[in-house]
Order: sequence, then C-alpha cells, then structure tokens
Amino acid sequence: MKKLVVIGNGMAAIRLLEEVTRLAPDLYQITVVGEEPFAGYNRVMLSPLLGGGTDEVTITTHPHQWYRDRGIRLITGSPVVAIRRHRRQVVTAAGHKLDYDRLVLATGAAPRQLPVEGVNLDGVMSFRDLYDVRKLLSLSAARVVVVGGGFLGLEAADALVKQGHDVTLVHSRGHLLNQQLDEAAGHRLQHDLEKRGVKFVMQARTAAIESADTETQGQGRVAAVRLADGQRLPADYVVQAVGIVPRTELADYAGLSVNQGVRVDDTLQTFDPAIYAIGECVEHRNRTFGLVAPLYEQAAVCASHLAELGHRRYLYADSATRLKISGIDLVSFGDFEGAGTGGEGENLQLSLPGGYRRLQVRDNRIIGMVLYGDVSDAAFYETLWREHADIGARRQVLLLGEAFCKAADRGGDGEEEIAA
Amino acid sequence: MSSICTTCPYCGVGCGIRTDGKELQGDSAHPANAGRLCVKGSSVLETLGDQDRLLYPDIDGERVSWDRALDEVAERFRRIVDEHGPDAVAFYVSGQLLTEDYYVANKLMKGYIGSANIDTNSRLCMSSAVVAHKRAFGEDVVPGCYEDLEIADLVILTGSNTAWAHPIVYQRIAAAKQARPEMKVVVIDPRRTATCDLADLHIPVRPGQDVPLFNGLLTWLDDHNALDQDYIAHHTNGFDQALATARAQGNDWDALSRQLGVSKVDLTTFYHWFAACERTVTVFSQGVNQARNGSDQGNAIINAHLATGRVGKPGASPFSITGQPNAMGGREVGGLANQLAVHLDIDNPEHHAAVADFWQTEQLAKHNGLTAVDLFNAVESGEVKAVWIMATNPVDSLPEADRVRHALMGCDTVVVSDCVASGDTLACADIRLPALGWSEKSGMVTNSERCISRQRPFQPAPGEARADWWIITEVARRMGYTQGFGYQHEHEIFAEYSALTALAGRFGKRLDLTAAAELSADQYEQWQPQQWPLQGGDRCFADGTFSTPDGRARFVACENPVVREIGDSFPIILNSGRIRDQWHTMTRTGRAGRLFAHLSEPFAALHPKDIERYRLADGGFVRLTSRVGDALVRVKSDGGQRPGTAFMPMHWTDQFSRRARVDALVPARLDPHSGQPAFKHTPVNVSDWQPRWHGWLFTAATPPAVEYWARVPVDAFLQAGQVQRYRLAGDADLTEQQLHEWMPEAAQWLALNDPSTGHFRRAALDSDGKLIAWLAIGETLPLCDVEWLATCFTEGSEVQALSILAGQPADAGPDLGPVICSCHQVRQKTIEAAVEEGADSVEAIGKCCKAGTNCGSCIPELRGLLETCSA
Repeated sequence: MKKLVVIGNGMAAIRLLEEVTRLAPDLYQITVVGEEPFAGYNRVMLSPLLGGGTDEVTITTHPHQWYRDRGIRLITGSPVVAIRRHRRQVVTAAGHKLDYDRLVLATGAAPRQLPVEGVNLDGVMSFRDLYDVRKLLSLSAARVVVVGGGFLGLEAADALVKQGHDVTLVHSRGHLLNQQLDEAAGHRLQHDLEKRGVKFVMQARTAAIESADTETQGQGRVAAVRLADGQRLPADYVVQAVGIVPRTELADYAGLSVNQGVRVDDTLQTFDPAIYAIGECVEHRNRTFGLVAPLYEQAAVCASHLAELGHRRYLYADSATRLKISGIDLVSFGDFEGAGTGGEGENLQLSLPGGYRRLQVRDNRIIGMVLYGDVSDAAFYETLWREHADIGARRQVLLLGEAFCKAADRGGDGEEEIAA
Repeated sequence: MSSICTTCPYCGVGCGIRTDGKELQGDSAHPANAGRLCVKGSSVLETLGDQDRLLYPDIDGERVSWDRALDEVAERFRRIVDEHGPDAVAFYVSGQLLTEDYYVANKLMKGYIGSANIDTNSRLCMSSAVVAHKRAFGEDVVPGCYEDLEIADLVILTGSNTAWAHPIVYQRIAAAKQARPEMKVVVIDPRRTATCDLADLHIPVRPGQDVPLFNGLLTWLDDHNALDQDYIAHHTNGFDQALATARAQGNDWDALSRQLGVSKVDLTTFYHWFAACERTVTVFSQGVNQARNGSDQGNAIINAHLATGRVGKPGASPFSITGQPNAMGGREVGGLANQLAVHLDIDNPEHHAAVADFWQTEQLAKHNGLTAVDLFNAVESGEVKAVWIMATNPVDSLPEADRVRHALMGCDTVVVSDCVASGDTLACADIRLPALGWSEKSGMVTNSERCISRQRPFQPAPGEARADWWIITEVARRMGYTQGFGYQHEHEIFAEYSALTALAGRFGKRLDLTAAAELSADQYEQWQPQQWPLQGGDRCFADGTFSTPDGRARFVACENPVVREIGDSFPIILNSGRIRDQWHTMTRTGRAGRLFAHLSEPFAALHPKDIERYRLADGGFVRLTSRVGDALVRVKSDGGQRPGTAFMPMHWTDQFSRRARVDALVPARLDPHSGQPAFKHTPVNVSDWQPRWHGWLFTAATPPAVEYWARVPVDAFLQAGQVQRYRLAGDADLTEQQLHEWMPEAAQWLALNDPSTGHFRRAALDSDGKLIAWLAIGETLPLCDVEWLATCFTEGSEVQALSILAGQPADAGPDLGPVICSCHQVRQKTIEAAVEEGADSVEAIGKCCKAGTNCGSCIPELRGLLETCSA
C-alpha cells in the first residue's frame, strides 16, 4: 500500500479523508497529523459552542473511532516540524518520522495579529480553535474589547455579552461585515447586536494595546485598547478577530512555492508533484480561502487525484456566503453593491422589521444580493443569479420572494381594472 | 325597536322605506314605490354612523356650546342687518331640508329679517321648471302623477337618465311597458344612456336643441291637424304667437333633422307618435332645466301638451321630475328668492299684504332676492356680508365653483349647518352647526308627484346635533324675533304652514294643505303619504282651468336659441349629471363602499372616435379645460356619447378627488328667467395626461398633493376607523422623503424600493402588528387584494411581512415545516421526503436535497430525522 500523510485535521482534511477512503479504500495507508489534541470537530460550530448553543461532544463530528474504522492513524498534539522532501518524509515534534508517497498539506490558517504594540500582553486572545473557546468560556466577568467586525469578531462579542461581559467591538470600517454585507444590512446587524448589549466603536483603527503597567511596555496585563483618534477603551481582555493568515511555514521551509498561501494548480498539486495542499493554507490563482464551501470542493478534487481517478480540476466558483451571526441569518453573493457596474446597476431593496433584502440588478439580471434576517428565498435568488435569468417580467414581485414570483407567473400581468 | 315608516333621503321620487334600524325594505304601502327600492335606497343604512359627523358647534374650529354658537350667529346677523340693511345677509338652503326647516328659514329671512335673500340648491335643478309652470299654469304645479306614467300610451323621457337618476320611476315605466308592450317610450337625450334600454326610439338631439325639437313638434301637429283646437280656444291664451314663433323655423323636416342631429325618420316617427297618442306623458328633468334657455325648453314641452289638451289628464301630462327629496316642499313653502310663500309672489301687493298679515310682521321683504349664482357673486363683491348655508355644498355644486370657494373665503361670516364634518363648503365656514341627518330628523317631504310623506327618526341624535328648524328658530329668537318662532315641535310648524296655504287658495292657487291646519301631534305622527291638494285628487288642471287670473293656461312663444359656434379652443360640449350609485356630493353615498363598485373614480365619458381623435386612452387620464376651470379625471369610452360631447358625473368633490369637480369647469351662464345655470353645455378642451407613476395609498391621513388622487371607499374599512383608500397618479419623480411624508408615524415599517423602475411599497404597522397605512407605487398600478389588506388593518395578524407588502397573501404553498439546513434553506418535510425515497445516510440526504452539504451544522438534526423516519 502506498503511504498518504495528511498534515492537519481540520474540516478540509477530514472531508479529504472521507473522500479518499470512499473512492479508494485500499489504496493508501493513511496517517493524519493534527496539531490540536482533538479528533475531528466542526470549526463552524465553535461560535455556537462559545455562545452556549452546543457542546464539545456534539461538534465532534469524527471521533477517534471513525479513524480506527478506516484504518487511519491519527496523531494529535504533536505538530509536524519539518518536511524532508528528498526523503519523502515528515517529522513531528515528538519525533515521529512518517514516510509518504503522497503528502497533503491542510495546515489551515492562523488568526491574524494586530500590527500594533501590545499584542503579546496577558489577556490578548484570538478566536480560532477549541482552545480559544475554552479560554474565552473560562473568563470571569470583565471588560472585553473585541477588535474586528467580521464574522468571528461578532460571534465572539455576542457570545461574551451573553456570558455577562461588558463588550465593546472595534471595527475599522463604517459597517460590520463589510465583506459580506452592504451598508444598510451592516447597520441593521449593528443595531440588532446593540440591542443585545454589544457596544460598537466604528471606523476606528487600533493604535496600540496598552498594559496596566506603563513601565513594562509590551509585557504584563492588558489594560486598554488605544485607538488612532486617541480614544482609550479600558479592557481586561482583548480578542483579536481581524482575519486569518494562511499557515505556510512548513511549505516555506520545505522550499515549496509560497506567496500568500501555498501555491497550487487546478489539481491542488504544489510545486512538488508528491505534495498537495488544500484549504485555508493554499493560494489558488491568486486567491486564498476562508469559507467552508470552496474548501470542501478542493478536498473532493484533491481526493479524486489521490485516488488516481485524476480527472477533476478545481475552479473557484463564486458562491453565496451564508452566515449565521448569533442566530441571525445572512446570505450574500456577487457584486451586491454594484461596485463593478460603473453606476449602471440598479438596486432593489426590501426592508422589514426583521429583515432586509437587496438585489443588485443590471440589464434585468441579478448580479448581487444581500439577504439579512429572513433568508428563505436565498436559494431562489441564487439560482436566478447563476442562470443569468431575465427578471424583467417578475420585477415587481421579485423582492417579495419565490412564492409571489410563482403567483405572478401564474397570474399574468395583472391588468388594472378600468375603474370608470 | 319596532319598524317605522320613513321616506328615502335620495331623489325626488320619494320612496317609502320601512326599517327597524338594522334592516330595511321598501314600504309596500307607499304610493311612490309600493315596496321597491333602488341600490342607493337599499344601502342607505350602510351610510349611517358617527364617522365624519359634525357633532358639536364650533367657531373658527373651536368647539363651543350651542348657546355660544347661536348667540354668535344671531349677533353677527343682527349687527350686519343693523349696519348694512337686511339685504347684506343671505341664506342658502337645500332640497335636503325638510318642509318645516324650509318654512322657518323662509319665514325668518323674508318675514322678519326683511330680505328675500334666501335661495336654495333647487335653483340649480328645478327653477327653470318652476318658471315654465308659472308661465304656463299661473302656478308652480306638476299637474300629473306617477300613475300617469303607467297608463300612458307614449312616455317621453327628455333630459333625464331616469334609469339612474330616478330608478324607481324607471322601474314603474318598465313594468308598465312589460305589461302593455304596445306602450311606447321615447328618450330624448344627446347621450345614449341606460334609460335608452327601455326606449322604442332614442332621439340623440344635439345639446341645447330642445326648443327647435318641440317647436317643430308644434308645427308638425298643426300641419297634420293634430291640435286640440277646442281646448286651445277655451282653456288657453297666446297660442297664435307661440305657433307663429315655432313656425318661424319653417317646416322643412330635412333641415330640422340636420339641425338637431337626428335622422328625419326618427324625428317624424316621434312627431307621429306624439300626434297619435292621446295619452302622452313628457317627463322632463335637468337636461331640460339646466340650460341657458331652460325655462323656454320647459315651456316648449308644455306648449305641445297644451296644444293637444293633454294636461292633468289620466296618462296625459307634462311631468317635471325633481332631483331632491324635498325640492318640491321647498318650492311650496316659498324657499326661493323670487317667491314669497305658498306659491304667492313678493311683488304682488295683495299677496304681500296677506302674508305680512298672517305672519304678523311689518318687515316682510318687498322685492325679490338674489338667486343662487347672483347671491354668491354678491358674497364675492362684499354686498352680502354674512351667509348661512344649510345642508348643501355650493363650493361643489355651483358653476365656477372655484370662484364660489374664493368668495366664501373672503366673506365676513360664513355659517354652515350640516350633518357631516368634512366638506368643501364646511372648509370655508367660520361657524359650523351640527344638524340632524336622515334617520334622526323628523318632518315632511314632498316628492315629484306632490305627495307629502314623513321622514321619521329611528336613531338618536349623535353628539349635540339638532334639527335645522330648531337651530333656525333659536337664532331667530336671539335676533330679537320673539314672536313667530315659539315652536315646540315640528308638527306646529307644519300646521302653521298648512294654515298659510289658505292664502294660496284665496288667490286662486291649487296649493292646499288647509285640511292639515289643525293637525295634532298625534295625527302628525300617524301621517300617511298624501298628495296635495289634500282635498282634490291626484291630478291638477284636469278640467282645463288654471291658476292664472283668467283661469286660462298660457302658451309661451319660445324663440330658438342663438346657436353658438363652438370655438377651436373648446371643441367638446361637456354635460354633467348623476351616475347610478352616487348621490349629490357623496356626503352620504361616499360612505358605502359598495356604491363605488359600479363606477369607482371620477371620469369623463367620451365617444371612441373622440378618444382616438384627441389621442386619449380608454381608462387613461384626461385633462379637461374650460374658460373658467379645469379637471383631471379618468377616460371612459362610451359609444353612447354623441361625438363632440363629453359627460362627467357631478358627484366628485375635493373630498373624493384632487381635481374632479365638474362645476369648476362650468361657466355661470344662466337662464334669464329662472337664474338656473347651464350645467349641461360647457365648451371644453380635452387633452391626454400620462402619469409617470400609479399607486394605491391606504391611510387615515389626508391624501398627498399629487397630480391625481381619488378616494375609493372600501366597506371593510368602515371598521378600521378613518382609513381610506386612495388611487394615486403623478408625473413628478418621487423621492423617498416624499413617500416618508405620506405615511404616518409608526412603530414598525416595511419598505420596498426599486427606484430604477419607480416601484415603491410601504407599510406602517403599530406595535401590535396592525397595519395603519399602506402604499404601493409603480409604473403601472400595483395590484393588491383590498379585502385581504383590510383584514390586516382591522385584525392585525400573524401575517407575513412580505404578504403585507405584496398587498395579498402568497398562495399558501404546502407547509414544509421548519428550516433544518439554513445554508440551503431545506425544510424538514423535504428532508423527510428524501429519507422516505431511500436516502439512508446524511450523505445521501445531501445528494437528494443538498441539506447538510455546506457547513454541516445541521447534520445532528439530519441524523435525528433519519432515526425518526426510519423508526
């Protein structure tokens, strides 16, 4: 049997394992090296876990038995420290030497650190893995500043408020989730989270994280976050949620081509034909990844090649972003702000007490969308978007959703009754 | 409550109604209708209720006590009379008033204030007929009765859309014709109206050509030896001159038919039938009266009847038919500026002395007063400094209506007593007095056939509303007229008026109610419908003696009207009138949504050829412009219109549409004898108007000042407080700010914006989720389900916000249960179906319906479903 080593035990890696063992159950002797001391868990569920909506057992999707059933050797708690490409061997911190015929890098990404003084102070944390969640859950009631109004920052802020902390979220842009939402939806989200007790400081750049003891700069306990405008936010804890950075150190040391991420081709192969890379650590066609859908697709394509059924290519497909922030559903896709239409795009908006819809349209075709709150029609709009469907005839009821569009399709064009 | 008998508040047919306040039916014992009712009458209970009722007196918008209000009115009238003389004040009253109200108003103005400046909205509909009657018969008497219509062999309906304006009279004719198919009906009307359905012959005469038509008839009858020479010789005067005048137009029937715009065959058929049918009734109404020569048109008709001896005989009479429930009662008591009282004349010294003696007054007016149009001209000029308007709406119903409004706005003192709170005239009032409305007030009305019947109350007065007669007598007493206004009950007024008719008899008039002069309160209560003369049968002048000094009827030589060339700038002749389901200015019918089902918005009807010629669109909008005003209404294609003519309903006011008051277009051109305006003949221009957007607005607030709006009442909203439905259209771009201003403050908002296509929707909800306002704007009129929306206003609901915005429920699809996979929005039932079709794993479910294939958060639930489904 050939030897397959997978570095990383995150969601991409596990999907890869599922696929490989399904496609070619007897082809490889597989070893997985996970940095964290856990079996496979669903990282997407860390936010609900932090929010108290679930528990660790539930989010553990692939317990140790799952690996045993498939004859997979799972090494946890001992990260790979080197790849010896010339020997086709990886070495772990504990000294395991693992030969491979094929190696898959699924090393994921690390939370980005703020490029400011004080990020190493006690009480400055990230929100990335089960460790972080356990730590955040153990804090006693305190003042917490969350830096970053992206998905993770908002989840952390909301969860921390629920646990009784006094939470202020600092965001550098004018509205939250600015990658996923337009301004109106971002403001709604802010409003909804404010109602739950999260405080916001918007358009604020973090200048420094200050310690309690001004003598010991960059050491000791955190005391405050200082903003570029001089405002000082007292803090017992600071959670950084300002994005992720692909983890490329191993590949870099091994001499693989690395830019922002580990460079792969359309078969997810790296510069070295024996080494593949998938997930958040890769860079494919100048693009890096952070959402689960493309990761899974990469895992599937990579698995097909490993299974020696290599006929698939990974091509990035713009897909809808679907998020649930503290129970609030959001979906967006495409050019939802009409940035690329040069002013020719048209925007349709629907605003309800519990929801918001925006469709960006050009030439009677949907080119982007934001749904906030009620996302029941997301799939309907996504299909219209993918199919470049002409929405002219349904335009009056389009925002009202699929049911009204169908009713309108049936009901004809609704000639006005002549009153007189 | 047990049921009572009363009289319908609408047209002059005067139908009896039996009601217990909850349900109603036609009074089978009433001679006018024998149990039948039209749609307006049958829905009259739906128009009751406290909504939009004037409940308390107010001065300059501030509620005051009755004492204070009455003192103020009396004091102001007193002061103006003292300083400027009695002709500086005026009353403008209404055919909606009861006989008792009318009587005391007339008595106060003419008898005590000493001016004849009391005129009535009957001036606008009947005064030409009054002149015609007085000239021909020496008294304003309708000689015939409804039965004549049933026993006639020929019924001519001229200037009357009887089917819509007097439906029960029409039904009686229709029933008679069905029983005797040989009976003939001729309709003379420029329009082919619904009334023509009954006609054997429709004479679509050019507007304003009735005199040549009937003069031609007189000549034709003479040519064909069809005159009753004996009757002419013994019972009439002035025939030779009338005939000579008629003959002046010649007897070239080809030429006449061209002039009238009628085929010669039709014309001579009509003449032939008239000659042949001894029993002929000619019904005439506003189409005859509302013309510059309305009086002559009436007399031209009466001439033909006199010349054939067909007056007051069974089945043979000219028959003026009135529009208002008590237009006739008003005429009888003398509530017109050129009458004294009980058919007597102001300028007749003997009449004057007799009435002054009866009323025990030295102030009795000595000369005729100002008729309606002149009265408001005098208000405009400042000659009249105080006007009291009762139960009518001159700002909508007089010609040059915008000018009337302007005049009232500039008047020192405008008092309005009415039963409704909002109206275009009420908006001009300084002092507003709440009057009783139908169902509350008590008194007598006289219908078109001189039948006096009771309006009886069956509901309590709302707020502090009072009877008009009470209000007038209170003001009279406070003006210092302590004698003559001490009535305690309406029956005392009626008895006094009945006693006064003895004077009419003394001067040879037929008006005679003396049998009721000693009426007790109880007898008044028990009053059964009776025609006057109370002792003397149902027809007048049957014996050929008339109310003139010599007892002979008079022919009136009727000159042909000067034909006015229609200028290029105003090429269309606009006619106005009633539609089937509305009444006057909609103060009552506007409260019943179902009465808008027939015709829901103001419109101008035009012939399809004109629609094409002027590039209009059926159902689109038309702007009509006359020399004095303009209107903006919907276009209604009507093949029954004569090309070159248009028809607009008279009902729409500023309360119901932005610019649809037909009388704003009508110039104040009057019949010189009657002072009646020529409503039926307004030269106008028409032009297409294409709005950029259309919309619906449901709100309790006033409608926005957009180019076009029309209020379309909805019955379901009667329970939803003051919410009204408005149809909107405009041609200016809308801003979101404007839309915001059109909506009320609200706890919750729903909004839809598609600015590129001009599609906007708004819904305002209160904190309970109850709809309080709704708006939809689009390039075409957005659809909505009114009945369903109404439930969202009344009940609030669990209804989806999207449905509210849509204005209709989405077709309720099958309930698919809760969303399990939120990424792909897959619902529980869909997943269960997948399992039942064989999906036995989470992966298999994902392949079937995508559930669980994205983030996987729902996989535990999918497992759960797998277990429960396969269990």
